Amino acid sequence: MYRIVERRMIVPNLHELVVEAPAVAESVKAGSFVIVRPDEHGERIPLSVADWDWFNGTVTSIFMQVGGSTAKLARLKPGDTIPTYVGPLGRETVIDKVGTVLCVGGCYGIGSIYPIVRAFREAGNKVYTVLEARSSYLLYWEDKLAQASNGTFVITRDGTKGRKGHIGLIPEMVQKIGVTPDLVIANGCTFQMMRVSQVTKPLGWKTIVNMNPIMIDGTGMCGVCRLSVGGKTKFACVDGPDFDGHQIDWNEFLARRKSYNPEEVDPLRHSSCRSHF
Amino acid sequence: MAEEKKKVDYNRRPMPKQNPWERIRNFDEVALGYPDAIAVEEASRCLSCKKPQCNAGCPVGIDIPGFIKCIVESDFGSGVRKIKETNALPAICGRVCPQEEQCEKVCVLGKKGKPVAIGRLERFLADWEAREGKIEIPDMAPKTGKKVAIVGAGPAGITVANDLIILGHDVTIFEALHECGGVLIYGIPEFRLPKAIVNREVDYVRSLGVKIYTDYVVGKTRKVDKLLEEFDAIFVGAGAGLPWFMEIPGENLNGVYSANEYLTRVNLMKGFRFPEYDTPVKRPSRVAVIGGGNVAMDSARTAVRLGADEVHLVYRRSRQELPARLEEVENAEEESVIFDLLTLPIRLIGNEQGWVTHMECLKMELGEPDDSGRRRPVPIEGSNFLVDFDAVVCAIGNSPNPLIPMTTPGLEISKKGGIVTDPVTGRTARPNIWAGGDVVRGAATVISAMGDGRIAAKSMHQYLTNSGL
Repeated sequence: MYRIVERRMIVPNLHELVVEAPAVAESVKAGSFVIVRPDEHGERIPLSVADWDWFNGTVTSIFMQVGGSTAKLARLKPGDTIPTYVGPLGRETVIDKVGTVLCVGGCYGIGSIYPIVRAFREAGNKVYTVLEARSSYLLYWEDKLAQASNGTFVITRDGTKGRKGHIGLIPEMVQKIGVTPDLVIANGCTFQMMRVSQVTKPLGWKTIVNMNPIMIDGTGMCGVCRLSVGGKTKFACVDGPDFDGHQIDWNEFLARRKSYNPEEVDPLRHSSCRSHF
Repeated sequence: MAEEKKKVDYNRRPMPKQNPWERIRNFDEVALGYPDAIAVEEASRCLSCKKPQCNAGCPVGIDIPGFIKCIVESDFGSGVRKIKETNALPAICGRVCPQEEQCEKVCVLGKKGKPVAIGRLERFLADWEAREGKIEIPDMAPKTGKKVAIVGAGPAGITVANDLIILGHDVTIFEALHECGGVLIYGIPEFRLPKAIVNREVDYVRSLGVKIYTDYVVGKTRKVDKLLEEFDAIFVGAGAGLPWFMEIPGENLNGVYSANEYLTRVNLMKGFRFPEYDTPVKRPSRVAVIGGGNVAMDSARTAVRLGADEVHLVYRRSRQELPARLEEVENAEEESVIFDLLTLPIRLIGNEQGWVTHMECLKMELGEPDDSGRRRPVPIEGSNFLVDFDAVVCAIGNSPNPLIPMTTPGLEISKKGGIVTDPVTGRTARPNIWAGGDVVRGAATVISAMGDGRIAAKSMHQYLTNSGL
């Protein structure tokens, strides 16, 4: 059993989950993920790792509440325990000294991009970070990311903070201050990562995305996390989750990602209260 | 010891089974086991050969005539002890071993009639022991002070753990999933091997003093070399890896599953009880299962139980070449699985939402024998046809798990991705690492994994006791 150190709603519908898992904290690297099972009847859900504390043996993730299983996670309180917290899984993000790195985070990916920003900075790169959200109230960890980066850009859909618009603004924003990235890394929802890849492709900016397919075992056994990269089938849990965003078959991936949407929300319609139908 | 001359009894006693029309609506075990009296009758068919062949047919070398004699004498307790001398998992082997290819294949009675039902008798003893609730702990050797780590709590790992703890070593198993048993838990369905039995066998090994950590992925949570700082020897039984697909167009459509995924959703994650359990499994009406092995049979029979209207098993050779156990083929046939034999899928077609809707196939005919000795299936030109399916399960095998090979330097890895071991000792290219089961062989059987475990345990014991303190 793994003890919950902290679980709080950090912005509407996004939760910060800190779990005591010393063995995971000891080995985790930027870009890895963990598999979590909220209770004995729970699904195995992959969560990207957003931070860790080796000394205290804790690991932090940011997750969005979307269906029944994440709703269970969202109900956890400090001191509760969960039966499964296994990792770190997947290959870590390759951190090299490449020059200038542009990191793009949205949704839960604002959290998981943080250790990547930190690692690229420590490796001697210039790191710029783009935070993207629907509205200002969905932004978090701005201070943390500003401190870790050489510069940050904020884009909100409604213009309540930073530039009004979407991912398509990135080239204009970074070129304005004279930056041409040698590498772009995107973490976030599938649509955001797809858009980043589409925007950077014509510019020839190498783009790595941290994919988030449905998984079960997460250790290279079941094959549900497969996706097409450059026309070849790859398995996100052992070949990834980082892939070249320009090579991914995004339509196929989006369809696979949605394949259990009806079942995902189904448990939310059920209630343990007998007077409900 | 003058014995009356016994008439040879060729009449193999059938085992009671759930009726097909009942069992397709539940996930309970299909085969119900021998009652005591029938077990004694069946055991009494054994000729007690002076030079028994059956022992040699067993990958773990069970004293088969020995335990059968105990059953004849109704001394079931001694029979259990006899089996457990060499086999830690009799309830499992009695159910899932391909006895017809091993011990029963060489039984002398088989030459003229039906061989003794060795597997059913093994199962009988194991179930008798569980029913009696008197699980005996074997004699344990004094502690050696040597520490052994085992990667994976599947059939190979459990066998090694059992053997080495009895020999006095300190044994710790690291299991990646949240439950122990490996393929016995995630792969083989409840109706063929009830999970309570797997848990019972795991609890037995635990009761011997084996420590087990679940949710621990060796290679990721901690690398093998890091474990070697703490342990004197390691056995890698990490099991199956990535599923194979046919490499035909459309395999990444929704509704196309690997057998590993399909069975894991149902068995390990209990998807058949969704939404009581959170992991969903689709309940399509027309299911194609591609492949002809035991895993294909398991997948097809699972699809039947999940309420499919029609389940087709699509296999490119003929019925005779089906690699599955005959017993499982017959069970599937009884459960109304439709066998599309000599049929090769060449393309999967989907709708706009990305869900599979059709499968295009070719008819095959059998040609000259190939490397495997079976007649090679040859496509009949122009025989293409389309069939409607809303789910396709691909059960054509898998590679060995890649995590240990990827993260452990110095191991020799085969072209197919398996860890290379010395067949006599199970030792890898590194002196203190052994391996066995699917991580070496790819998709193989439970008993071959256990056989590998037995061999490795022996070699590990020699290493641990000779290498000095």
